[in-house]
Amino acid sequence: MNTKGTKMNTKATKMDTKATKSRGRSWLSLLSLFVIFVSSFVIFVSAFQAPQRIVSLVPAVTEMLFAIGAGPQVVAVSSYDREPPEVRTLPRVGALLDPDVERILSIRPDLVITYGSQTDLQQQLERASIALFDYRHAGLADITSTIRRLGGVTGHAAQAERTAGSIEDRLAEVRAKAAAGLRPRTLLVFGRERGALRNIYASGGRGFLHDMLEAAGGINVFADIARESVQATTELVLARAPDVILEVRSADIESDAEASREAQSWSPLASVPAVRNRRVIVLTGQGLTVPGPRVAEVVERMFQALHRTP
Amino acid sequence: MSLRRRLVFVTGAFGLVALAVILWAPTVGSTPVSLARAFDRRIPWADNVDAQIFFVARLPRVLAGSLIGAALAAAGVVLQAMLRNPLATPFTLGVSAGAALGAMLAIAWRLDVGAVGVSSVPIASFLGSLVAMAIVYGLASSQRRGLSTNVLLLAGVTLNSFFSALILFVQYLADFAESYRTVRWLMGDLDIGSYRPILAALPFTVAAFAVFAILPRALNLLTMGEDVAASRGVDVGRAQRWAFFSASLATGAAVSLGGPVGFIGIVVPHLVRLMVGSDHRVVLPAATLFGAAFLVTCDVLARTVMAPVEVPVGVITALIGGPFFLWLLVRQS
Repeated sequence: MNTKGTKMNTKATKMDTKATKSRGRSWLSLLSLFVIFVSSFVIFVSAFQAPQRIVSLVPAVTEMLFAIGAGPQVVAVSSYDREPPEVRTLPRVGALLDPDVERILSIRPDLVITYGSQTDLQQQLERASIALFDYRHAGLADITSTIRRLGGVTGHAAQAERTAGSIEDRLAEVRAKAAAGLRPRTLLVFGRERGALRNIYASGGRGFLHDMLEAAGGINVFADIARESVQATTELVLARAPDVILEVRSADIESDAEASREAQSWSPLASVPAVRNRRVIVLTGQGLTVPGPRVAEVVERMFQALHRTP
Repeated sequence: MSLRRRLVFVTGAFGLVALAVILWAPTVGSTPVSLARAFDRRIPWADNVDAQIFFVARLPRVLAGSLIGAALAAAGVVLQAMLRNPLATPFTLGVSAGAALGAMLAIAWRLDVGAVGVSSVPIASFLGSLVAMAIVYGLASSQRRGLSTNVLLLAGVTLNSFFSALILFVQYLADFAESYRTVRWLMGDLDIGSYRPILAALPFTVAAFAVFAILPRALNLLTMGEDVAASRGVDVGRAQRWAFFSASLATGAAVSLGGPVGFIGIVVPHLVRLMVGSDHRVVLPAATLFGAAFLVTCDVLARTVMAPVEVPVGVITALIGGPFFLWLLVRQS
């Protein structure tokens, strides 16, 4: 009983003190409210502020970043990045299979663009609380959707929308032209041993190369094979008998003379309509097989190649 | 007389099997082909798809397969006898690793020195096999008169792993597309697309087989030990040198033609020994014919099981050869 009384007594005293200091307290609470408000605003803003130190490990995405005006925010790229020319002076931090985690961390990025299969790297970066942008090559439509997504993340939504929209417009234009004309059955080759018919790699019925070919008005002869790439044997090429053989091998063919020499390699397959009618076309130039912002340009070149009279 | 009869019988039987397989293989594939149309001379060549599939796509593969299978199996027999080691294969002495390294370098550096219609990759791989052969021989013959089979084995195995490390290094440094091509090359591929690579490999293979033809008696005696062979009048050093060079030459030619197709060089010699005994005068021709039939059959499977997508032929030889060999081994013991 006694203790209870004492307690009540103390409580009464406390209430009394509170009442006397109520003026000072309200000031204090106002101040703390203000501090909370300001700090949460700072956190809010910094959380949604566009990343200023981007590391891109995917060449196609690097090109997209520069195309939407986020180029100045890119601080490092992968060892395979060549385009646009601005990236050539940037530091290299490894690539798909050998990302240099130490170098990436030492650059102190606030956004790292990784490829979907780099799960180890993604875990390491998450542990370091670095934001990630995950990317995987997919179809043609995914190129423009990735550009828009990048625009949102990097704070260039308007320019990304313009870039993506212009690609879509150009593709739609090619599709409309292609719909009016003939649709040649086409073998789309992206790899082959030089001067021989060995190790022929062609586009199957999946992925952006297949989509690009169909957009350019060709019918993929391997459309039924649900893979991104098919190792085409000579028998398969003879059996599928394409009207046009289109080679996009930017990596190893530089000059036009070399391109026409390479087109000659197909001559043993004389019964293939493309060979008989001299419609083996080797497209030269860099970046033909990069699913980036130049894709509309490549589709336009494919359209011209498929529809030019031999 | 009895040996001659056995030789005729065994060679005849294995020859018939090989011939049947080689005649049958070009008629099957991912696409149905009309043989009547393929051999119809009235249809112009440029319009005759069946003939082109038969003569351009399939026949070179079958011929390459039989040449590679025969060369690897025979080289396996010779090396197992010469080294007196049942685990020896044509790939044990580093020749194939040298060939692989040559091919890897040609692919990774995009060398463009194609000659007589053969692309640079097989040429580089053949040169690689010659370099490996020279290194191993140099090491094995530096110690004493003749060849030391122990040094030969150890040098070969070491060179194998050394070259394998270099191969991994080259692959690691190469571009992505090139890396994939090198990996694919290592799985073995018989789709050579023309007869020229076969013609290029043929002289070396024929030379190797000419030497194989005179080796069997010496090999029989060598398997009993070098001293026994020497006491029976075999010039051991010379026989070993000839065996080493001919087997290496055959291996180098085979690997540069179709890549390092595994398992044939070890499985076929043992299978044939289990079937016909251990006399090399019979084993060597039988293994040659059986190796050809085996690889051509595996290639037919590679072309058809997942058609139109192809399975690397090295995967098939390993998948069939491995379990089949183990089954025979268990059954024997």
